[in-house]
Amino acid sequence: MPAFYERREIVTPGDLLAEDNYVAGDNTYKEDGKIYATRVGLVGYDDRKVFVVALKAFYVPFIGDMVIGKVVEVGLGSWIIDINAPYPAVLRASDAFNRPFKPQRDDMLQILDVGDLVMAKIIAYDRTRAPLLTVREPELGKVERGQIVEITPTKIPRVIGRKGSMITMLKQRTNCQITVGQNGVILVSGRSPEDEQLAVMAIRKIDEEAHTSGLTDRVTQMVRSEKRGVEHGSKET
Amino acid sequence: MAQKKPEKLIDEKDVRLDGRGLKELRPMKIEVGVLGNADGSAYIEQGKNKILAAVYGPKEAHPKHLAIPDRALLRCRYHMAPFSVEERKSPAPSRREVELSKVIREALEPAVFVEYYPRTSIDTFVEVLQADGGTRCAAITVASLALADAGIPMRGLVAACAAGKVEGRLVLDLDDIEDKEGEADLPLAWMSHSNAITLLQMDGSLTLDEFGQAVNMAVEGCKQIHGLQKETLKAKYVAVKEEVEE
Repeated sequence: MPAFYERREIVTPGDLLAEDNYVAGDNTYKEDGKIYATRVGLVGYDDRKVFVVALKAFYVPFIGDMVIGKVVEVGLGSWIIDINAPYPAVLRASDAFNRPFKPQRDDMLQILDVGDLVMAKIIAYDRTRAPLLTVREPELGKVERGQIVEITPTKIPRVIGRKGSMITMLKQRTNCQITVGQNGVILVSGRSPEDEQLAVMAIRKIDEEAHTSGLTDRVTQMVRSEKRGVEHGSKET
Repeated sequence: MAQKKPEKLIDEKDVRLDGRGLKELRPMKIEVGVLGNADGSAYIEQGKNKILAAVYGPKEAHPKHLAIPDRALLRCRYHMAPFSVEERKSPAPSRREVELSKVIREALEPAVFVEYYPRTSIDTFVEVLQADGGTRCAAITVASLALADAGIPMRGLVAACAAGKVEGRLVLDLDDIEDKEGEADLPLAWMSHSNAITLLQMDGSLTLDEFGQAVNMAVEGCKQIHGLQKETLKAKYVAVKEEVEE
C-alpha cells in the first residue's frame, strides 16, 4: 500500500497519490484501488486518508458558513445574492424583516439594494436547490463600511491560522476589524485607510504564499516593517 | 500567397523541413494563469502555433433551458482569429470551427467531474492567434490546462498530439505543410491516469499496420506533452515557494 508523494508536495490532476488501503479525502478520487488528485494542490495524509489542499478552487456552499455576498437582484419577496459560488444564493425578505413580508407595508429597498454587500449565513443548501441565506444573527446584515479583499476560498484557513494565530496577529498589529467570509471574501475595517491598506496587503501576501511554510512569521515581519515605513513617511511630510 | 511546395519534405538523413527528426515534437512553451479576468487560462506556443485558452465557471447556466439537472454543461468554443492564417479568415465561425469545438469538448469532457456541479455551465474558449497545423491538438492540450487552472476538479489532464504519414514515412506532430502535402494525419488526445484515448480522428490513408504504429507514436508524443503540462501547472507555485523559502 504505497504512497507516492511526500507531505506538502505539489500535485496536479491525475497524479497517482496512493494505492490500496488508503481512503480518498478532499480533492481526490479512487478508481480501481488507486487514488488520484483532482486539483492542483498540496498532498496531505491523515492516518489512512489521503487528501489534497487545493491551491486554486472556487467556493462551494456549506450549511453554517458565514459568507459575504453582493446583491444582484431584488425580487418579489427575496434578494438574489452573488456569493462567488457556482449557484446564486437567496435571502428571503421575511428573514430580513423578521416578520411575514407584506409588499404594501415593507420596502425591500430600505434594507438592501442591488450592489449592496451583505454578511449572511447559509442555512440550507443541497444539490437540487439554491443556497438559502439568513441575516437573523448579530453581526450579520448589510456591510456599511470597510474594504473588501477577495482571495481563493481554499486559502481561508491560512488567513485564520492555527487556532486563529494569523488573524489575531493581523487584527492586533493593524488595528483593524477583520471579518472572514468562508467564500473567500474578507471585510477589513479600521480607523484609517492606511491601517486598512496594510491589512489588505498582508491578506494578499497570505493568498499568494499560502503553500509555503513559516508564513505567519513572514507576514508579521512584513506588517512590522511596513508600519515603520508609514510612520517614517508621515513624520517626514 | 500560398507557400510553394518544396521538392522534399524529408531529406535523405530523415530530417524534416523545420529541422526536426521523424519522431520529434515541435518546440513548445506553455504558461498558465495568463489572463486576469478569466477563472482559469493558459497559453501555448507549439512551433508556430500560438493559442490562448480561457475558462469561466462553473456558474449558473444561461440560457437556463440548457442547464442539465444532474451535471454541469461543458461548453467549448474554438475560434481562429482573422489574422491567424495567411489569407484573412472571416471571423464568423466556419463549419470547421463548429466541428472542432465539438470534438474538443468531447475530448475534454471525460476528464472533468461534470456530475459534481449540476445545473451549472463551464465555458471554455480557445482562441487561435496563429495557426500552423495541429491546432486542434494544441487546443486540447491548452484547454485542459486552463480547466485545471480554474480549479475545476478533473480525473486527469488531457494531452493531444498528431501523428501522420509524409512521403511514405510515419512522422510525429505534423505542421501545416506536412499536413497539407502529406498522405495522412491522425490527431489523438490521451489521458494519462487511465491511459485512455479521448479523441481519434484521421484523414488520408494508412495501412492497418501503419495505423497501429501511428497511434503508438502519437501516444508517445502525448506522454511528452503531458510531462510538460504537469511541470507548467506546478511551476507557478514552485517559483513562489522557492522565492520565499530559499
